[in-house]
Amino acid sequence: MKRNKLFSIPYVVWMALFVVAPIVLVVIYSFTTVDGGVTLSNFTRMIDYIGVFIRSFWLAFVATVICFALGYPIAYMIAKERAGVQRLCMALIMLPMWMNFLLRTYAWMSILENTGLLNRFFSAIGLFDLINQIFGTSLTHFNMINTPGAVVLGMVYNFLPFMILPIHSVIGKIDRNLIEAAQDLGSNGYHVFRKVIFPLSLPGVLSGITMVFVPAVSTFVISKLLGGGKDLLLGDLIELQFLGSAYNPHLGSAISLVMMVVVMICMLLMNRFGEGEETAVML
Amino acid sequence: MKRERRAGNRLFMALIFLFLYAPIFVLIVFSFNSTKSRAVWSGFSLDWYRELMQDSEILSALSTTLSVSILAALIATVAGTFAAIGFYNMRKKWSRPLITINNIPVINADIATGVSLCLLFVAACGILHFDLGYGTLLVAHITFNIPYVIMSIMPKLYQMDKHLIDAAQDLGCTWMQAFYKVVVPEIMPGIINGMLIAFTMSIDDFVISYFTAGSKVQTLSMTIYSMTRKRISPEINAVSTLLFVTVLVLLAIVNMREMQQEKAHKKALVRARQ
Amino acid sequence: MKRVRFLMLLLTAAFALSLAGCGSQDGSMSSAPAGGREVNVCSWGEYIDTDLIDQFEEETGIRVNYTTTESNETLYSLLKTGGSSYDVIVPSDYMVSRLIAEGMLEKLDYSNIPDFDQIGDDYKHMDYDPENLYSVPYTWGTTGIIYNTKMVKEKVDSWSILFDKKYKGEILMIDNPRDAMGVALMYLGYSINTTDRGELQKAYDLLRAQKPILQAYVMDQIFDKLEVGEAAMGVYYAGDFLSMKENNPDLAFVIPKEGANLFVDAMCVPKGSKNKTEGEAWINFMCSYEASLANLEYIWYGSPNTKAMNDFLAELDTEDAAVLNPSKEALAQGEMFLNLPQDILNLYDELWVRLKS
Repeated sequence: MKRNKLFSIPYVVWMALFVVAPIVLVVIYSFTTVDGGVTLSNFTRMIDYIGVFIRSFWLAFVATVICFALGYPIAYMIAKERAGVQRLCMALIMLPMWMNFLLRTYAWMSILENTGLLNRFFSAIGLFDLINQIFGTSLTHFNMINTPGAVVLGMVYNFLPFMILPIHSVIGKIDRNLIEAAQDLGSNGYHVFRKVIFPLSLPGVLSGITMVFVPAVSTFVISKLLGGGKDLLLGDLIELQFLGSAYNPHLGSAISLVMMVVVMICMLLMNRFGEGEETAVML
Repeated sequence: MKRERRAGNRLFMALIFLFLYAPIFVLIVFSFNSTKSRAVWSGFSLDWYRELMQDSEILSALSTTLSVSILAALIATVAGTFAAIGFYNMRKKWSRPLITINNIPVINADIATGVSLCLLFVAACGILHFDLGYGTLLVAHITFNIPYVIMSIMPKLYQMDKHLIDAAQDLGCTWMQAFYKVVVPEIMPGIINGMLIAFTMSIDDFVISYFTAGSKVQTLSMTIYSMTRKRISPEINAVSTLLFVTVLVLLAIVNMREMQQEKAHKKALVRARQ
Repeated sequence: MKRVRFLMLLLTAAFALSLAGCGSQDGSMSSAPAGGREVNVCSWGEYIDTDLIDQFEEETGIRVNYTTTESNETLYSLLKTGGSSYDVIVPSDYMVSRLIAEGMLEKLDYSNIPDFDQIGDDYKHMDYDPENLYSVPYTWGTTGIIYNTKMVKEKVDSWSILFDKKYKGEILMIDNPRDAMGVALMYLGYSINTTDRGELQKAYDLLRAQKPILQAYVMDQIFDKLEVGEAAMGVYYAGDFLSMKENNPDLAFVIPKEGANLFVDAMCVPKGSKNKTEGEAWINFMCSYEASLANLEYIWYGSPNTKAMNDFLAELDTEDAAVLNPSKEALAQGEMFLNLPQDILNLYDELWVRLKS
């Protein structure tokens, strides 16, 4: 048995090199500037950008709520189907995840643009003429892309499967006997759900929220492609400082550090309500 | 009441699937468009596929992506399996903090991982005189793949009956044999699952590759990203269609074999009962 | 068992595809090819006739690794972040002087660039590189307003139209700090190289006020948007207008009365380049008559190669020729960017990030 412990030594070394050391570097960069010397100036400068923080967290929150509102019912409905149908549905839900993340976001561009599919369709069916007649406006198209709404849509589209998967997985494992017992004891459908199924599905829900909220807060591709570069999110801000048009890795590291800490706090708070979510995540 | 609810459920599910697949459908349709437009249909043509086959940039990015994903998934699976077994055999006092550190790349945002690795690699590049490239890209992918493998295997390890190993050794197996004949088969579903997830994560990744690949290699996501920042060519649509069709076909094949197996199994059962 | 099957099939398919991908290009997918010689070029989007890359590889046997980036500032970030080595970069005038000042360029060995003689004297000994030690001009031109005549019915002759609320949601603004601030500064009547903090603040306020009526900040995405009619107007470079006009004849270009930016993009070899001779071979190739003419036809930017430029202009109609080769009066109104002192550069960074947030 002792020998087995040594198995993990190579990986521990790897982690020290490639997980811990990079974070230490980020911390070092955050507290220094180009001229050297320890300073808090990066953090004080960040107060200017508090709007970006708020916007990122708000949009991510909205996207997470929508994913939950859509994802939980779907996961629940699929879990009630026959095994064969369930497998098919889950495969269909996972399929878009196998296509590239960039491609999935790019797809929405041709749909939402002013001269894109949706606007052309509305124009063809005379929707704009109708609205112009009723309201006396002179609309030629709906402004859909390059708005925060488009960014939220992109987030929901990309991350919805990440909400459905863990919830479905956990609900599927709930012991049927528990449900039957509850029904035998007189609960109707609603009570069974509220008192038995929902609490037992919480680990999956927490998993789903984590897997949607964290990428949503830190994305920069979705806002670049669908947001028009007008309303920066945290990811855009950080990218701007490293490979974008305002080179300042110290400020970028400071922003990353703060983002990491805030996300960790959110996760810790959520963990108090559930344990063992790791097990729910993958199986 | 039940029938209406059933219908309502089905409708909701159909809408969600429509939502998930409509953009992909649009991509596919316009990959056959005869003009550059991504919103106006002007006729059927295979031009973009022809251009795609000649576009060495996209093709080499595709091959880089596939090879990095496969290599990273394989290496991560092997390394992760050994690491998971190591953690399993440690005292909780040691394994708890190590597993927490292990989970950092999973919980951390992509961009934080990417940026931190970028800082590390650049510092190393300065000292050791090499460039960002395939090597750093591979290392980055392995780093964020291993935690998923470990997270996949650990639960299986805990579910395994500890006494099995003791029993095997009592019956004369060496430690090695016990390991291969008992432990590995027990955790095999976790290993396979982990490899699958690692591969998925690698193929889908953009942000981490963006910061760690340097100028010499590109993954498919990086190429597509830089194409969306310039004149967009429907070659992107052609690539999407090919990727989608490939995965669809694979899934169909596997499912059909599964169904065949189940049928054969049922037949055997029926026969056995008679 | 299902998962095992799926995984095996997937891995096999992926492996086969990756091998096929390897075979589809001659040579490996990683850096040094069997021959050994390579050159890493970082240029801008739509900035070269791609046939020239193949031609160069055939003539010299040097493998070309051609990448692009979006703006001078992102190029600077790429170079500063490190970890990548480029052999040829194509920064604009002010960025060349900044790179020289910060010691980030190699001195060129002009004996490897004999075709430098073909470059017109107007483009030698420019302010940003007075002794021509570090750079060789690649293109030159002006910025201006590009607009769709079907969507903008009035006469356009001033930067003011970009700030006009009438066109809310139809205006594209350029996505880099110096060009964007430059537009605001020119409109307000200041120099684009001002170091007066008050003037810079006023320019920033103007851009801030413009933000709500903008459609988006763009660089090369402008091509698709203006060609298709997604937006009505934008700020961009003259050569790109001529290129867009090929796909949408409704577009028009104008150098506003307040003046526009006159620029020269020059090829340089960054410090730390591992293939300096190959880089110089590329630069030499680009100076030649054939390459300059090919580029003129493809990207429509003014070329510093006198003979190529004259020959090409002779074949154009007067309108296009006026855009490609502005009159002396128009040029006199133009201003070239100069590099600014570090504290002003820091201010630019700060203002830019604040503007985008």
